[in-house]
Amino acid sequence: MSAAPVRVPLHALAHGRSGDKGDRLNISVIAYDAALYPVLVEQVTEARVTGQFRHRRPTAVRRYLLPRLAAMNFVLDGVLDGGVNASLNLDAHGKSLAFLLLDMEIEVPAALAAGLGRSRVQQG
Amino acid sequence: MARRTLAIGCGAGFSGDRWDAAGPVVDTLIERGGPAALIFETLAERTLAAAQLARRRDPEAGYEPALERFVAPVLARCVAHGIPIIGNFGAANPHAAARRLQALAGAQGLARLRVAVVEGDDLSDEQGRGALGEALEAVRGGRDLVAANAYQGADAIAGALRAGAQVVVTGRVADPSLAVGPALAHFGWHEGDWDAIARATMAGHLLECGAQVTGGYFADPGMKDVPDLAAVGFPIVEIEAGGDFVVTKAARTGGRVDARTVKEQLLYEIHDPAAYLTPDVVADITDAEVCALGDDRVAVTGVRGHPRPPMLKVTVCFDGGWLAEGEISYAGPNAEARARLAAEVIRSRAGAGLALRFDLAGVLSLFGDDHGRTLAECVPSDARDVRLRVAAAHCERVPLEHLMREVLALYTCGPAGGGGVRTSIVPRLATASCFVRRELAPARYMMLEAA
Repeated sequence: MSAAPVRVPLHALAHGRSGDKGDRLNISVIAYDAALYPVLVEQVTEARVTGQFRHRRPTAVRRYLLPRLAAMNFVLDGVLDGGVNASLNLDAHGKSLAFLLLDMEIEVPAALAAGLGRSRVQQG
Repeated sequence: MARRTLAIGCGAGFSGDRWDAAGPVVDTLIERGGPAALIFETLAERTLAAAQLARRRDPEAGYEPALERFVAPVLARCVAHGIPIIGNFGAANPHAAARRLQALAGAQGLARLRVAVVEGDDLSDEQGRGALGEALEAVRGGRDLVAANAYQGADAIAGALRAGAQVVVTGRVADPSLAVGPALAHFGWHEGDWDAIARATMAGHLLECGAQVTGGYFADPGMKDVPDLAAVGFPIVEIEAGGDFVVTKAARTGGRVDARTVKEQLLYEIHDPAAYLTPDVVADITDAEVCALGDDRVAVTGVRGHPRPPMLKVTVCFDGGWLAEGEISYAGPNAEARARLAAEVIRSRAGAGLALRFDLAGVLSLFGDDHGRTLAECVPSDARDVRLRVAAAHCERVPLEHLMREVLALYTCGPAGGGGVRTSIVPRLATASCFVRRELAPARYMMLEAA
């Protein structure tokens, strides 16, 4: 198969949730389909996540892999403008920021792309 | 030693949670029979400092203001069926909360409610500040201390339950400890049973935010649909003697429990998955597995535990000055350009003394940073319904009052067609964290005499 890879937002491949502690944010990225987890591991890297949050000037970005959950956990330091008690953001907790990460573009190999875009409402 | 499965339900995941959530949880615990407990988690980082301020104004205040609204609907049934209630709704004044609960019990015709109070978290007094010593001064920076509270663990809760408490009222404890307490009391685990304690800790972690594990804070239409979200049921965990557990939810409610809802909450507010630190244990979820059993039941296995840390985390709250927010909306043709012009007017009028943040709701209002870097790169988009927001913080209120007057004055002096001005100025609390050796901040429980 030599078909071109399909570009999709991470949101089509994974779900996630933000959590905050002080000026530290964590975001989980959980593959809907374990077969696509290696694609996420390859492309959703610390460097790319740092780029996705460049305006917030992270002082550190760390990725932890949880293959048994087909998940990864990102920990971003210094991205919450001081945290919930110091930030001027409407969303001082950074609760919306999981969706900033899920907006990242991913290239899915054509062989794995079949079936993408279908509703993913089935029981996980 | 008791070995039967212990069911623990959650009636609230934060102070603002639904008052009617606990009822179906208790119904379900009663129907399934067997040993059970109910927890309420109502104490966020800042909630406690706000409670401390309330207590300064009124010595009988300083606990969860909605205490009765949370507990009254379920107290009698819990007492009748031997389901202890454990809540951190004592906040800055657990003794006053306990007295209120005894009064509530009396009003409901329940004689001699056994209420225990867990103490030792509050390090705000002279002795507590002494225990913190240099660690406090290092984060204080000359600011006025409002509250200092250590995150206590499950041991005192377990002691109170073993002594027969029907309700345990705490101030600051680690949220998962609310569930670890009844598990310790029920299974008789000891220091050293780290795997079991770590598993119960992760069970408590999954419970502590209420509906966040049962489909709340999860729905994403078309991607992650949740049945009857408006009636989302609150969670119940069923813990076995070795600590492994199943997550489920109240019967006949909306929401869902599946592998995805559990994974999202399992990783919520986790940093290093190999070292989730609580006062009770260091939990390691590196090899944890989540297995959907169907019918809104998910098994969690593979959590491991390591010896608990020697230090307790302490949250310290200081006076944090004031936060001002002003908003005005523009709609229709050229709305975004008019909103952007209004921001320029405010910036010019405010002068250099305040650091301002601007947002354009409808264009960019959440992903932006406080320094405006994101907004500066945001190409005008001709959005037709835009709400400008300006925010600033200061230690004094007066400069912020002047700023808010400038937002109001946009009505007559700003761009065309601005409407819907709202302004607010509220006091803020600043927080910091430090650590204290656990032997310097021991927790204990006290059983209240029946009123």
